[in-house]
This record gives sequence, C-alpha cells and structure tokens, in this order.
Amino acid sequence: MSALAPVSHRRRRVDRAARGLLAAATGLAVLPLVFVVFYLLQKGVGAWSVGFFTTDPSGKFFGDAGGVRSAIFGTLEMVTLATVIAVPAGIGVALYLVEYGKAGRFAAAVRYFIDVMTGVPSIVFGLFVYIVLVIANTGGASFAGWKGSLALALLMLPIVTRAAEVVLALVPDSLREAALALGAPRWRVMLRIVLPTARPGLVTGALLAIARAAGETAPLLFTAFYIKRATGDLNRPMNSLPAQIFTDVGQAQDRLQARAWGAALTLVLMILILTTLARVVSRRSRLA
Amino acid sequence: MSPHDPETQMTDPPTDPATAAGETGQSTAQPPGRDGAATTAAATGRRITLDSLSAFYGDSAAVRAVSLEFPPNEVTAIIGPSGCGKSTMVRCINRMHEEIPRARAEGKVLLDDLDVYEDGVDVVAVRRAVGMVFQKPNPFPTMSIFDNVASGPRLSGARGGDLRDRVERTLRGAGLWEEVKDRMDQPGLGLSGGQQQRLCIARTLAVEPKVILMDEPCSALDPVATLKIEELIAELKQRYTIVVVTHNMQQAGRVADTTAFMLDGELVEHGATDRIFTNPGDSRTEDYVSGKFG
Repeated sequence: MSALAPVSHRRRRVDRAARGLLAAATGLAVLPLVFVVFYLLQKGVGAWSVGFFTTDPSGKFFGDAGGVRSAIFGTLEMVTLATVIAVPAGIGVALYLVEYGKAGRFAAAVRYFIDVMTGVPSIVFGLFVYIVLVIANTGGASFAGWKGSLALALLMLPIVTRAAEVVLALVPDSLREAALALGAPRWRVMLRIVLPTARPGLVTGALLAIARAAGETAPLLFTAFYIKRATGDLNRPMNSLPAQIFTDVGQAQDRLQARAWGAALTLVLMILILTTLARVVSRRSRLA
Repeated sequence: MSPHDPETQMTDPPTDPATAAGETGQSTAQPPGRDGAATTAAATGRRITLDSLSAFYGDSAAVRAVSLEFPPNEVTAIIGPSGCGKSTMVRCINRMHEEIPRARAEGKVLLDDLDVYEDGVDVVAVRRAVGMVFQKPNPFPTMSIFDNVASGPRLSGARGGDLRDRVERTLRGAGLWEEVKDRMDQPGLGLSGGQQQRLCIARTLAVEPKVILMDEPCSALDPVATLKIEELIAELKQRYTIVVVTHNMQQAGRVADTTAFMLDGELVEHGATDRIFTNPGDSRTEDYVSGKFG
C-alpha cells in the first residue's frame, strides 16, 4: 500500500459521527436559551407601555395595576451600592492574594474560604443579614435597602475576587520586574502597571458579579423586603425587579403575570445595556 | 546634572583597581545616606564594587563569594555558560534578586561607598540609581511609546521638569527618536523587537540612573538590531557605568572594556577584554573562550 493512502472509510465515518455529536450537543445547549429569549420577548414586550415604566404598582385589585418604576429604581440603587462595596473589596483581596499572599498559608486559607463562599446558596446570605441586621433593627429600621445591598455584596464578593485573581495572575511577571527595576514602589507597580494591564478582565469579572446580583431574589426578600412605592432612601424597605417578578408571578391575575414578564424583560435588557456600556468604556479608556 | 555636584566630587574615583578594599573600609566609617546616591544626577557613572557577594535560592548558592569591581564609564561584560550565576549576580546589584521568593544575598554591593544592602537603605532609591534592561523587551502593553518612556520618571515618583522634553531627550539618547517621533501616541508593542528593546533602554535612561545593568539585552534580537544596541552601549558609557551579561563572546569582545568570566557561581577571571580572549590566565577561561564547552 502506498504511504499516502487516502483517508479510510472508517475514519471518515468516525469523523462524521463525532462532528454530528458535537453539533447536537451545541444545539441542545443553545435551545433553552433561544426559548427563554423568545418567550421573554413575546410575553414581555406586550406588557410594556409608557405607564409601565413611569408608575409604581398600585396594589388595586380592580383597575390599573400600575408599572414597575419602584422596582427599577430599587434594583438600580441596591445593585449600585452593592457594586461599590463588593468590587473594590474583591479586587483588593485578589491583589493581596496575587501580589503579597502568593503561596503562603494565610493566602491558601483565604482562597479556601472564598471557594466556600462561592458555594453558599444566596438565600443564606439573605438569612445572615436578616439575623444580624434586620432583626436587630440596625440603623433604626428593620427592612432596608442598604441591608439588601449588603446581602448582594456578600454574594458578589467571591465572584469578583475569583475572577480578579485569575486575571491579575495572568499579568506577566516581566512587567512587574520592569516597573520595580525602574524604582517604582510596589503600590505604584500595582496601580500603574498591574491593574491597567488586567483591566479588561477585571471589568468582565465585575460585570459577571453585577449581572448575578441584579437577578437575585432570595437575598432581598428578607432584607429589602417588597414595597410598592419608589424611594431614594436606602434606609427604608425597597422594591426590586426580582422581588416584583416573584410577587407578581404568585398572583392569580393575568395582568399581574404579564407585568412579571415585562419586568423580567426589563431586567434582562438592563443587564445587557450595562454590559455593553461597560465594555465600550473599558475598551475606549484602554486605547487612550 | 551639574558636574560640580558635591557628592560626585567627593567620590570621584581613583583609577587604581586596588581601592576596593579601601572603599569597603570607608563605608563603615561614614554614615550611609538614605538615598543620597539616587537623587543627584551626574554626567558620570558610579563605581560598583562587589565584596564577597553570595546569592542563594533557598539553600542552594547560585553565586559564591564574588568580589569584583565595575569602574565608572566603562563597559564590563560578564560571560559564562548558562546557569553559572551571571544573571543572578547582576540582579543582586539593584536588589532585584530578592524579589524572587526565598532568594537572598550575602556580602556587600557598594555603590561608590554606600552598601546597598545596609539597613535603612531604600531599595527603591537603589533601583533609581541602578537601572536595568532585561533579556526580553518588555514595554508596558497598555501604554503608548510616549507613556512607556515617561513611565520611568512617573513610576519612580520623579516630579518636576518638562516631561515632553525629557522623553525626547532620552529617546534621542537611546537612538530611537527619529524612528518614533511621529507616532508617540501609538502602542509601544507596535514596534519591532529591536525598537522595543531601545524603548526599554530609553525608559531606563529616563530615570537618570548612574549605572545600567543589561541582562543579555540582545539575545532576543536579530543581528542588525543587535548591532544598533551595541553601538548604543558604546555611546552610553560616556555617561554611565555599564554591566552587560552576555553569552555571546563576540559581543563581549566588541563592547566591553573589561570582561569577567564566571563558572558555577564563582568568578574565575577578570581583566581587560583583550587579555581574557587572547591570553587568559586560567585554563578554564581558555577552554570556554575557545569554545571547548559552554
């Protein structure tokens, strides 16, 4: 037989079967996603109107049920505060682990607890804040927006830390050495070299955590509770999109269920816009 | 920059190589200035003296009791086979060695008469006085050409003076100005390998060091780029003390006034480059420079 024999029939068949299997697996994975987006659009857009975005839930059994204004405000306020707490803290922990802790015993313990924290169900964070802050009426009120933010921040912290640690570790040591050899103190090496080099990855990690937090219901039910009116006061109970969806879906009225679909679509779009915006900003600032 | 700088005057070096021991004695008699060596700029380089310097990674010694002197405004080449400790030794001079976990150094490294390992000496000040160029060009990837050069003074916290002027001056000093002056805002990574290395040299010069350590600066470059760097080294020695680690013996022959040969962490021989290559005193040096091993 020649050394350059054509590909055997058997190999052709195996190749075709393997390709088919991979394509089928991909299709299977994408299918639910397509359905989710399809149903969201189909049912959600119908619920939208100007009033949907500009009015609070009325709570009336008959007549106008109202929109989700308070839920949008509440989600924006609480997630923003949670981000302000969790992202700097998480990046700080990651910087410690990568730049100082390295393979030390304390760093290993920190990593272990972060992993444990990643696996904690979100409702546990809600319960924790409920027991520590809500029951104790800390800050003069029982349920409050900032307590919801805290529960969300606890949830975000391990996600931000883990993602940040990975990208910070990817920054080549040769860059740190170059900066140190120029006579840069360590803190300046981190601020001027390590963080900017890792910025796209840090932004992605933060977005992942924000998207996760924005969609969480369980930590908010025991902490920010659910109210109808919009408020800018973080020391009062707050509405949020997930809590609104959770409440509406349980109602035996079609118009309330429709509002839940509308709120769900709103939530997804908010996260999409945020993600796109953050990517554009981070890309632009990198070139500047 | 002033030639009347009192500190430079005081330490104006005698050319007798036997002063190493004398300077060691001096350093104990004089209180060490915290960063006196770093903050003043002068047109001449400074003398570096190694006094029985040893360096370790954990328990294994990579450099064993090396005593050696690098005179100002001369180029000294360090040659030797891979793993002989030449890079480690050079990294001890600006205290970069200790950045590696479990790495430490013993002995003295004198910058003129100041021991850089003395208690109370600011490691940051040492590195501002002793610049370093690495084997692989490593411009900062997020920065433009301008910012890469400006990062020298910016990172080391040097304030004042016109940064633009300083960047242009150092880029001219590194022989790169004509090639990049029209694209200063382009990323530093867009340059060729040789240009990147000269950019890194410019970045080092921008801090205004007294001594420049080069750790195999041409080993990642093609012959033309290598030639340019070598010409640059010959020019830079007017103003700096230069130490070049190389495993390219021809390069040592072309650029260095004196050459030191290292083997297994020990200094075998040190002398005028011509003599090391034509009439070495040690048979191991002869074997190495004639290509019998390494």
